[in-house]
This record gives sequence, C-alpha cells and structure tokens, in this order.
Amino acid sequence: MQLIKNKTLTQDEWAFIADDAALNADYNIVSLERWNQDRDTLSAHKNLGIRFESDIIIEDIVEDLKHFSLIELFIPVFTDGRAFTHSRLLRSRYHFTGDIRVSGDFMLDQIFYLNRVGISSFALNDQDSAEKAIAVMDDFSAFYQESVA
Amino acid sequence: MYQYTDKDQNLINERVDQFRDQTQRFLKGEIADDKYRALRLMNGVYVQTHSPLLRVAGPYGLLSSAQIRKLASIARDYDKNFCHFTTRQNIQFNWPALERIPDMLEELASVQMHAIQTSGNCLRNTTSDQLAGVAKDELEDPRPYCEIIRQWTILHPEFAYLPRKFKIAVSGSAQDRAATHFHDIGLHLVKNDAGEVGFKVLVGGGLGRTPVIGQVIRPFLEKKHLLSYLEAILRVYNIYGRRDNKYRARIKILVREAGLAEVTKKVEAEWALIKDQLELSEQSIADMRVQFADPAYAAITETDANYTSSLANDSAFNTWVKHNTEEHKITGYRAAYVSLKAPDSPPGDCSDTQLDALADLADSYSFGMIRATHRQNLVLADIKEADLFALWKKLDALKLATPNIGKATDMICCPGLDYCALANAGSIDVAQGINDTLDSMDYIHDLGDLKINISGCMNGCAHQSVGHIGILGVDKKGVEWYQVTLGGSSENDATIGERLGPAVSKEDIAPVVKTLLEVYVEQRINEDEAFLTTFRRVGVSPFKEKVYAAN
Repeated sequence: MQLIKNKTLTQDEWAFIADDAALNADYNIVSLERWNQDRDTLSAHKNLGIRFESDIIIEDIVEDLKHFSLIELFIPVFTDGRAFTHSRLLRSRYHFTGDIRVSGDFMLDQIFYLNRVGISSFALNDQDSAEKAIAVMDDFSAFYQESVA
Repeated sequence: MYQYTDKDQNLINERVDQFRDQTQRFLKGEIADDKYRALRLMNGVYVQTHSPLLRVAGPYGLLSSAQIRKLASIARDYDKNFCHFTTRQNIQFNWPALERIPDMLEELASVQMHAIQTSGNCLRNTTSDQLAGVAKDELEDPRPYCEIIRQWTILHPEFAYLPRKFKIAVSGSAQDRAATHFHDIGLHLVKNDAGEVGFKVLVGGGLGRTPVIGQVIRPFLEKKHLLSYLEAILRVYNIYGRRDNKYRARIKILVREAGLAEVTKKVEAEWALIKDQLELSEQSIADMRVQFADPAYAAITETDANYTSSLANDSAFNTWVKHNTEEHKITGYRAAYVSLKAPDSPPGDCSDTQLDALADLADSYSFGMIRATHRQNLVLADIKEADLFALWKKLDALKLATPNIGKATDMICCPGLDYCALANAGSIDVAQGINDTLDSMDYIHDLGDLKINISGCMNGCAHQSVGHIGILGVDKKGVEWYQVTLGGSSENDATIGERLGPAVSKEDIAPVVKTLLEVYVEQRINEDEAFLTTFRRVGVSPFKEKVYAAN
C-alpha cells in the first residue's frame, strides 16, 4: 500500500491493529469498539489512531477526539459518501488538527473532493498511481464552495 | 441571462479536461466499469440500449440563441440530427459515440454549457418556471436564486456521493409551474406577514416508484439563509439517508420512515450551527438579480390593429394564440409556446434545422432567448403581439405550431424501450397510437386542459403519477402492459393519480384513452369543466365501469 500525505508519497508509520491482537507498533490504529472497551489503557499511548466506519455519528464521539492523533475514515464502497461529511465536520466544526486518513474502496477520481473536505492522507489502492493521485488534487483551479483542507 | 465569469468558464473547461482524462483511462482499461459508471453519470453520460446518451444541463430551462445553435451543430456533427428536451429542462443526445463525448462537452463549454451532475447520485440541475420573469402572477423572478443554487451545487465536494439523486426546483409564482411539490427540495418564493419575500421550503417530494408529495419543512426562510438551509438538509440526508437499498434511498423515504418532525429537528439543529457561515449578502443577491433584469421592452400602449384583425379573421391563428400563448406582465407582449408535440414526431424531439430556425426566431422576436418547459416544449417568452402572426406563420412552417399546449396531445413521454435500457415497455409508440386515435375524434380540440403522461417503466421519467391521465408501461412475462392512473396533478393542487384498475394490453391502451375521454365528455357539467375537475367530482367509478365493460 502506498500512502499520500500532504500531497507527498510517504512511508506509512501507522498500523491498524486487529481487535484481538496486542498493540505492537509505535503508531497504532484501533477500532472504535476497542477504544470503547479499553479506553483507559489505550489513552496512555502517545500515538493513537482510530478507525471510524462510515456509519459513525461524529457528534457522539467529539469528547474523545483529543485522544487521537490520527483518524482513519474507512470507506466500504466508493458510492458511500458519508466520509465526506465526517471529514468536513471533524475539520470545520470540531477543529480536529491531526491527520485524517481515508482508506478502503475510494477511487482516485474522488481524491479531489476528499482533499477539499479536509482529508490529509490517502491509503491508496494498489493499482492507483501515486503520481496521478497527487496530480488530481489540482484538477480544478476554480470552486464555488469553501475548502476545509 | 447569467453570463459566465472567468471563474465559471475555467471550472467547466477544467471539467472537460478531467472527463477526457477519465474516459481515456477507461478506454485503456485503467478504470473499472462500476467506477467509470459513477464518473460518467456525473457528466451526463448514460449507457442505454443502442449507444450512450448525453444529457446536457439546461439551467432552469434558460437557453440563448447561441446555445441553441450549438445544440443544432452538435446534433448534426455528433448525433442523428436531433436532440430531445426532457421533463427537467435538460437536453439529450441519443446517439453519440463515447469516445467523442469529451469533444461534445468541449463544444458545449464554448457556449457556457455543461453536462455536470445531470445524472448520478448527486445534486442535479435546478429547475424552474418556464415563465419566470414574465409571468403576471409572479411574486419575484426565481432565476437569480436558481443560479445561486446552480453554483453551490456544482462540484460540491461534500455532496457528490449522496445516497441517491437529489433534485431542487424553485417557483416564484402563485401558480406552480415547476412541480415543486415533487422534488427532493421545492422552494416557493412567498411573502411573510411583515411583507418580506423569502422561501417556503418543501422537502421529500418525488415521483418515480414511490410518488410522494413534498411537505413543508420551513414555512418561511429568509433569502440570506438559502444556501445554509439547503446545506443543512443535504448534510442530514447524506448522513441519515438509506444506502442499503436504492429504491429506499431518496430523501422522501427518510422523511417517511423518520417522520417529518424528526427530520425537521435534525435539519434545524444542523442549520443553527451553520447559518451564519453561508449567509448570502444583500449585495450578492442584488448582483445576481441584475443578471436577470428585464430586456429592453418597448412601451406599447395600444393593441396592434393587425394583430386584432388577424385574430378575428384567421381562425387557425386564433386557435394557436388561445392554446399556445400566455399573458405577459408587460402590456403588448405575450409568451409563445413552441410545441414539440407535433402528431408525427416523438414528444420533446427537435431537429437541427428546427433548432437553427428557432435561434433565428429568438433573435428576431424574443431578445435571443428560449426556455425549455418541464412538459417538453419550448417558450419564446417575450413576443410583441404585433409579431405574433409572423411568428406563428414561421413556426407553422417548421411544424412547431401544433395548437395543443396543455391539451390532450401535449403528452409527456419518456424515451421508453426505443432508447432506454431501463424501460419495460414502449412509450413513444403508445403516444403515437393515442395521437392517431385522438386525431380521429372530431371534438379533440374541445377537450380543454388535459395532461397525459406516459412512462415506459416504474422510474417514471414522464411523471405519469401526476398526469391527469397517467400511463405506466410494465413488463409481464415479456409482454408490454400498461397501468392507467387518473386525477394526478403536479401543480398547486398536487395529487398523485388513482389506479383505474388492472393493466391493459398495448393494443388496448389507445382505445382505453378514447373511452376515458368519452366518459369525461358524458360526465362533465359543461365544456368549461376540465377533465381533472370532472374526475374529482365523479371519482374513478364511471371511468372504471366503462373501460372494463368495453375492453
């Protein structure tokens, strides 16, 4: 997997840890379920990331955002556009300043929009070209809506 | 008419480049079919029975003569010399080659046109009243707000992958000519008790498989809050709209399942958080209204004598003026409908030569502007009464003066099996059959206002559920059958039609329509009682008895 962060091809330091596995990396991403069950232990970790599925209701988890330095928005299928709203709200309403990463079945041709709603890193699918993924962020020079990037 | 700024032009040019790149990557096999499908749909490209179809946006139905000429040249150069006007004021080309569609889009961009978001699960083209700006019953011209909405919807990054398509219509008149009760969001310009003009906001209307009449979510919205309120509705829909079943994904289903009260509560709560961020300034509204200022009307004080004598002496002209023209807010002018419902032509189709000629007529008589209507006709909105006779002669020579606007043969019809991959049954040939049958009835012109809408499948592109007579094609074991509904309306008295009874066969549908009209003529109190009024008074029974006794 290639990772684009802040428009640059980057080495991924983060690892998603399955719910039944022990934390083993310096930078761990856990599921919301695991966070809810084990928040006291997990919040002691310095670099904690969390993965939100697309049915997350962001306003229900606002109080916890301060514990996370990365939020991964997992897109189950590219037609599911909820992550666009989640990212926008995380940035503009809840002022989350950490990395917001998108993963799953998003497509290269959605990166332009994802970037504009505040996604800062992209876990590319294997067939996608990193160069192209960076280039499409500049497909348009004119917009009608504010960006929260 | 709104003129593009450099920013608007750059955006659509860049969209053409983007789609050209996407199409080339698809043709090289670099984009999967299902993913390219979503991308092409958001550029108006369907793949249908014979070839792709390109749907071009007609923003709130308003087109310049230069744009009409461009449609004509595209019809010649890329298609089979015609295009089709849809029920959402858009324009379709039925026979383009996929690899040439980027070139078509580039040509369209040269006249400030595009096909952005004319399909797909996104914010669609905003529609309006074809008589906007000229109607006598208008409170305020809705088009400046349509253009503000158009810009807000175009490439909105948050709402490009909605649960389902999303349609907005705006009306500024007492009489709703934009079917606002049947849109995901319907906006009516209204005056509040303090005399301020704002919007009544309807939500959750729609046609298709589950026709629903929109409900009022906010009786009065200040103009400055237009975009923040739309954004609040869209955000609630994007998060809470169903994504598990595409037939349950429209906002009307969210409103039905969660209830209007719950949806309203969520929207109002969301809106409270954003209303100050997206405020429209008075200046920005005023600037947009200037773009739609009245053309330079002549001051006419006396009725033209030649017009009066032509009306008196030429009964064909008189009939056309009566059926195909409408009062105008300026004395001495009328709005003239161009009927795209000639008996021998598919409803809504227009040839390249007709388009070119219409562009010339618009330049000569109507300030170079043409409007598309949601009943698949066109309007030349600013015709001097003194010019009507000459205009009629020219339209008649072009077969564009069939005096049937709002009458039995002014049918709305989808492309049906002839073109559409979704269709279960033919619709153009049914319209043709009904036309032939009605043609043989000598009192056809005395049938008054009558809206017959024919769709070839449950998706209901021709709005059959709000037709006075609605006809829906269904497939039963490979055979085309037709369900009939009566009494629908998309206007102020919004109503969903009532089922007549069991579906009828293709060969019976035209005779059934004839029978329905005979029952109406028997039942009506007098010639002034319209079909819809008679139906509402007598109910479905007399129609049902006669149809199923006879067939």
